[in-house]
Amino acid sequence: MSAVLAEQPTRVPVLEGWFTLDEQRPHLLGSRCTTCGTYYFPKLKGFCRNPGCNGEGFEEVPLSRTGKLWSFTNAAYQPPEPYVQVDKEAFVPFTIAAVELEKEKMIVLGQVVTGTGVEALRAGLEMELVLEPLADGKLTWKWKVAA
Amino acid sequence: MHPWGKWGRNFVEYGVKAARDALADSGVNWRDVQFVSGAATIRNGYPGQVAGATFAQALGWQGAQVNTSYAACASGSQALAAARSKILSGECEVALVIGADTTPKGFLKPQPGDRPDDPDWVRFRLGITNPTYFALYARRRIEMYGDTLEDFAQVKIKNAQHGLSNLNARYRKAFSAADVAASPMVADPLRLMDICATSDGAAAIIVSSLDYARKIGRAKAPRIAAISTVTPSFASALVEMPDIATDSAVAVPAQSFRAALPKKAYEEAGIGPEDVSVAEVYDLSTALELDWIEDLQLCARGDAARLLREGVTRVGGRLPVNPSGGLACFGEAVPAQALAQVCELTWQLRGQAGERQVAHAKVGITANQGLFGHGSSVIVKN
Ligand SMILES: [Zn+2]
Repeated sequence: MSAVLAEQPTRVPVLEGWFTLDEQRPHLLGSRCTTCGTYYFPKLKGFCRNPGCNGEGFEEVPLSRTGKLWSFTNAAYQPPEPYVQVDKEAFVPFTIAAVELEKEKMIVLGQVVTGTGVEALRAGLEMELVLEPLADGKLTWKWKVAA
Repeated sequence: MHPWGKWGRNFVEYGVKAARDALADSGVNWRDVQFVSGAATIRNGYPGQVAGATFAQALGWQGAQVNTSYAACASGSQALAAARSKILSGECEVALVIGADTTPKGFLKPQPGDRPDDPDWVRFRLGITNPTYFALYARRRIEMYGDTLEDFAQVKIKNAQHGLSNLNARYRKAFSAADVAASPMVADPLRLMDICATSDGAAAIIVSSLDYARKIGRAKAPRIAAISTVTPSFASALVEMPDIATDSAVAVPAQSFRAALPKKAYEEAGIGPEDVSVAEVYDLSTALELDWIEDLQLCARGDAARLLREGVTRVGGRLPVNPSGGLACFGEAVPAQALAQVCELTWQLRGQAGERQVAHAKVGITANQGLFGHGSSVIVKN
């Protein structure tokens, strides 16, 4: 029984409720002000931040899972905690993307999938959201060049 | 100022040294100071959080009014704004403004503990450090305007040249493009020499009413013509540290925070960018200096690298930027740096900047920005 369990990776998100766990078509989960339509990521509760809006009602919405690459970089040094690196000797630089979502008119940051370096990127590329584990096995959202 | 570096001493010692220098320079007796405005630092426990009173006690309690401002990197400007408001309202005539800091080695990082509701914790959990943001802006310049790595290196070379003779600067060493290119990559396209270090340091300024300045024979002292501490306007167009996403511009158009900052300062001073003779801007990274030059409207968007290549922004050029050497030579000492910028403009406007003196400096502007939307831009003029 334990052997079977070990074969099925536990799918623990790094942040609870920030994205769906749909392996094929994951979405970031944001909120949308029901008064002015402004989107928020991470989700907002309470009071709309649009200074011209008195809205207090929000609906949870999946954000667009594709967008255009606004800018990108990498982390060549291991970041400090709370970034988790289980094997401190095994740190491999990773790429980071800022992706512009057209419908939501916002830019969202995230790591880029393992194996894609900055040399493979340029502004304007179509990017797609996927899920991949961090070094401690917890799942996070990452950006990937759309096929 | 207290020279910047890694001195391993208490921030109070740095601040008091800077304050005594400022008092001696102005000829104001400490007992005559009516208001002490401290810029706070968060890494020194209670004393750092009540910096104004901490400095006042160290200088010797003398019954002054006191205030402490915390606005991250904009703390110095806020402390200066508090002093200026008191003076303009007639509540006091002469004030001392101080910022001082000690910094830990390496990356600035968040406090320990699990805090998924804290955007600062979230971004570090995902591996997004401060240089990530600087690098995203830098890469955007490459992609949008065709800036090159050589351009970025030239900012470092220029600022290092400026700082050579500045005794308050931590790094007084000339660099070549090869030096920058040989330094390790931190966040592509930024290398270690493109990014400013963290430092200990302090800066202090005496400000007074015009009447008081006349009374003590300093009627010709440079004047604070404007201080802008505005927040961004919703929706903010850039992804700002420590956020993981921008505001959505669905309901309201996106606006540039950095461009809004000097706009308010120009309006208040009643001058325009064409009047500026020298600028001290917040070069957390080499590429960021170029962004600021455009945000200050000193050239059209996308043109800052051309100004740099033409030598416009170096001392001797038409519009020198960071004659002090900037953060490239100083490093960050958070509550002190916005004040250090004003100190440099003051020396420039008085013609006391020695080898880095900007000829005919009449109007100077600073630009700086604190976490969570703290604006900071000061205009000083003769
Ligand atoms: Zn709303």
